[in-house]
Amino acid sequence: MPPESPPVAAPAPDASAPSPPLQPGLLELFLAFAKMSLAGFGGVLVWARRGIVEQHRWMTAEEFNETFALCHFLPGPNIVNLSVVFGSRFRGIAGGLAAFAGLVGPPMVIATILAALYARYGDIDVLRRTLAGVACAAVGLLFAVVLKMMLPLLKRRDVTGLVILAAVFVAIGLIRWPLQIVLLVAIPLSLAITILTRRMVKA
Amino acid sequence: MNSESNPIAALLWTFGLMSLFAVGGANSAIPEMHRAAVDVHHWLTDKQFADVFAISQLSPGPNVLIVTLIGYSVAGVAGALAATVAMCGPTALLAYYVSRFLDRSRDARWPAIIQAALVPLSIGLMAASGLIVAQTSDQSWIAVLITIVAAALAFATRINPLWMLLAGGLLGFAGVV
Repeated sequence: MPPESPPVAAPAPDASAPSPPLQPGLLELFLAFAKMSLAGFGGVLVWARRGIVEQHRWMTAEEFNETFALCHFLPGPNIVNLSVVFGSRFRGIAGGLAAFAGLVGPPMVIATILAALYARYGDIDVLRRTLAGVACAAVGLLFAVVLKMMLPLLKRRDVTGLVILAAVFVAIGLIRWPLQIVLLVAIPLSLAITILTRRMVKA
Repeated sequence: MNSESNPIAALLWTFGLMSLFAVGGANSAIPEMHRAAVDVHHWLTDKQFADVFAISQLSPGPNVLIVTLIGYSVAGVAGALAATVAMCGPTALLAYYVSRFLDRSRDARWPAIIQAALVPLSIGLMAASGLIVAQTSDQSWIAVLITIVAAALAFATRINPLWMLLAGGLLGFAGVV
């Protein structure tokens, strides 16, 4: 582990970034996130990366990864967290709100319209059959994400990680215990194991 | 708790609390949404929940918008809005404060440790999500086959997942499922 940063000149926040390439305005933030969100079928992350890093160059790929890692370890919808953190980094609370409103607002209007249509026509047999077919495929996509995320654990032969994964799956998926209770046990346990194994690797 | 008489309050409370426990994002919270909406509050039937999941995957935007659909079925437009704000608000606030705190402290060790500890949990939760929706949606051998093929294609290829959803919908439309 490298020591803490050198004692001389405690780094001022963001001293390393004297001229950020572009400073998006509030409307720009709103529109950019609305665009990413509306393009993002089955997940917005890919589009967010494309928009923020490649198209607008508001962040480098590394900055984006760091920000996303932060939003991933926090609870709640990751991409929603990302929009707030990202927007507020440039324009404070108003910026966070603008990005959040862009990300969630327009697709929420669409979802509400779809919900109204479903409430009205959901009993029609053809629609029920069609949705059942979509659900089958959607579950498949979810399993594909699970497999992709499991690969690194399998490659590392991370047995404890896999045991924790399986235990959570059984507790939530099979026994159907409430999420809060399972997490209140599983999170401290997993944290303790992670810290212990890191120490053992170091020693 | 007098939740049944005021559905908006029940939505705010249910999803506001869930928001803070949704480790790994919206798809990890699906078992808890199912438990709350189908088993505890009886807002939706099993079949309606699978439908709502399908619609949320079909529509653009973050996956968390499944709560918009649940909220609408409970209390119309106001319910949709309440559920969405409750599910996104608390954690967005938390993210805002934590990111400011981390910017100041610049100790990059903890996020990495916490993330490493949470990754297996969130994968387990997502697998449970898949199981719970599959138990409703995959009622026939052909339905199971569609799920397996979609999973294999999404895992092994870079085909846009929207095509797989549309193909599943077409097969359902044709009455194959």
